[in-house]
Amino acid sequence: MPAKKSAKKTARKTPRLSSSRSAKWLLRLYVAGNTPNSIAAFANLKEICEVHLGGQYQIEVVDLLENPTLAKGDQIVAIPTLVRRLPFPVKKIIGDLSNRDRVLVGLDLKPAGSAR
Amino acid sequence: MSPATKSKIPSTIEKTPTGISGLDNITNGGLPRGRTTLVAGGAGSGKTLLGMEFLVQGAMQYGEPGVAMTFEETPEEITSNMASLGHDLNALIRRKKIAIDYVHVERRQIEETGEYDLEGLFIRLDHAIKSINAKRVLLDTIEVLFAGLRNEAIVRSELRRLFRWLKDRGVTSIITAEAGDGSTLTRHGLEEYVADCVIFLDHRVNEQISTRRIRVVKYRGSTHGTNEYPFLLDHNGLAVLPITALGLNYKASSERVFTGVPGLDDMMGGLGFFRGSSVLVTGTAGTGKSSIASSFVDAACARGERALYFAFEESPDQILRNMRSLGIRLDKWIKQGLLKIIAVRPTTRGLENHLASICKDLDEFRPKVAAVDPITNLISIGTPTSVKAMLTRLVDILKGRQITALFTNLMVGDRAETNTEISSLMDTWIMVRDFEIEGSRRRLIYVLKSRGMEHSADVREFTISSRGVRVTPVDTRTVESNRKG
Repeated sequence: MPAKKSAKKTARKTPRLSSSRSAKWLLRLYVAGNTPNSIAAFANLKEICEVHLGGQYQIEVVDLLENPTLAKGDQIVAIPTLVRRLPFPVKKIIGDLSNRDRVLVGLDLKPAGSAR
Repeated sequence: MSPATKSKIPSTIEKTPTGISGLDNITNGGLPRGRTTLVAGGAGSGKTLLGMEFLVQGAMQYGEPGVAMTFEETPEEITSNMASLGHDLNALIRRKKIAIDYVHVERRQIEETGEYDLEGLFIRLDHAIKSINAKRVLLDTIEVLFAGLRNEAIVRSELRRLFRWLKDRGVTSIITAEAGDGSTLTRHGLEEYVADCVIFLDHRVNEQISTRRIRVVKYRGSTHGTNEYPFLLDHNGLAVLPITALGLNYKASSERVFTGVPGLDDMMGGLGFFRGSSVLVTGTAGTGKSSIASSFVDAACARGERALYFAFEESPDQILRNMRSLGIRLDKWIKQGLLKIIAVRPTTRGLENHLASICKDLDEFRPKVAAVDPITNLISIGTPTSVKAMLTRLVDILKGRQITALFTNLMVGDRAETNTEISSLMDTWIMVRDFEIEGSRRRLIYVLKSRGMEHSADVREFTISSRGVRVTPVDTRTVESNRKG
């Protein structure tokens, strides 16, 4: 499992990381260049997805330094921001995703309150 | 401050005119160029409109495009609010003079996990600024972030970074903030970060009448008016009235203007009023005060001068009809653009706002003479002190512009308490009273005072007929026969 190195590369080139053609989970991670927070967020996200979402997810990384216009659409203010585009409803999780329990609550994988 | 930045600062602060009439006067030229100004005020005090007007005027008058980053109102809401001030925001957006980015942060929809920054906000603002080459920025109201995000420490440090970033860009910015509870100027203490210029807006309602005020709390490196100034928002836009900034330094003309009432000029050395003087006509009900005011503006228009008639009691139509019956044809002057009658009920707004709108009208129409008919109705909406203060400023404004002004005032019975207060402001005071002589009502007129000129001490007769108004010597025979009888 390539950790930091591949995350860095991915964040810069904004590719899609897909584990399945018909992903049940569509996640978009907004970053702004290779900041420590963004790199950590990508690594944390990758790990959480592997553990909790099996092969059912797709991660899209958007670097706002390259595509500043995309910030408006998803109302991005904080960096990094993870947007759960599927399943509905759309959810937002900001931060480096280091608090795993909170991320799971944000993704509706854990009932609210259990992380607090 | 590092020596490097210090050397760049010129000896006098550079200013960016807001283009808002009056605000540039009280700030001696506008807001600090390339710096951030904090505009604080309560809900509905006009912060957003002031900020947007700053952008719109910049775009229209000074060739400086502007970006509005709004946190509370959508572009649609702002566009419709600005339309009520007479601006077509959509046209400016299409022409790339204005850009609006609506930032929506909803705490309930956001889960926070770990470290973050607000770079997204910076990227959006940067993109908006670059897209139209903006020189002005409005952030309205950025403190919404405190409600939207849990980590206050991050919000604070990022705001600090943002204000520094704006300064580095060299854009002239306005940041709006909610008024604090008294211990701080703003709810979240934003004044700590924005040190160059702070403006406070206030919106008070007394006896159902609303008054807006503006005050420059602080302006680093510049002098500024420190008073509270009335601040007007209406369909003509936004204006601040630096009224108390005026004083007793207007020039006194020795030129004279005729009163328009045949015979009245004779009582004033045959020459009428001084140009730029203020005249009070006091009288009991039905003594013809409005007809004197109308004759006065009629004569001015006949000389080719522009005249503004403020009617606080009657509609323009009613005035025109009544004067027509006296042979005074005011309608033709209106058609020629020499006369404008502005009719407003005094109770529709507070004294300050009346003053503010009168000033705006004076600025737009630029008359040589003005009539205010009657000031009595203004007295009904304020305390004697506030009315006197308002009239003092009005008289100063009129004199400052060398406008000859005639005010009428109703006297009830023999008592005219308010008159002594107000009459001290006036250069000329004319009294009209009616008496019953031999079973008919007769009007008598006299000049109580007229500064700087010889004037008659006579009591004369004032008649109103279908041939107009005139002042004649009192028919002594009828008076004497009355005495004998």
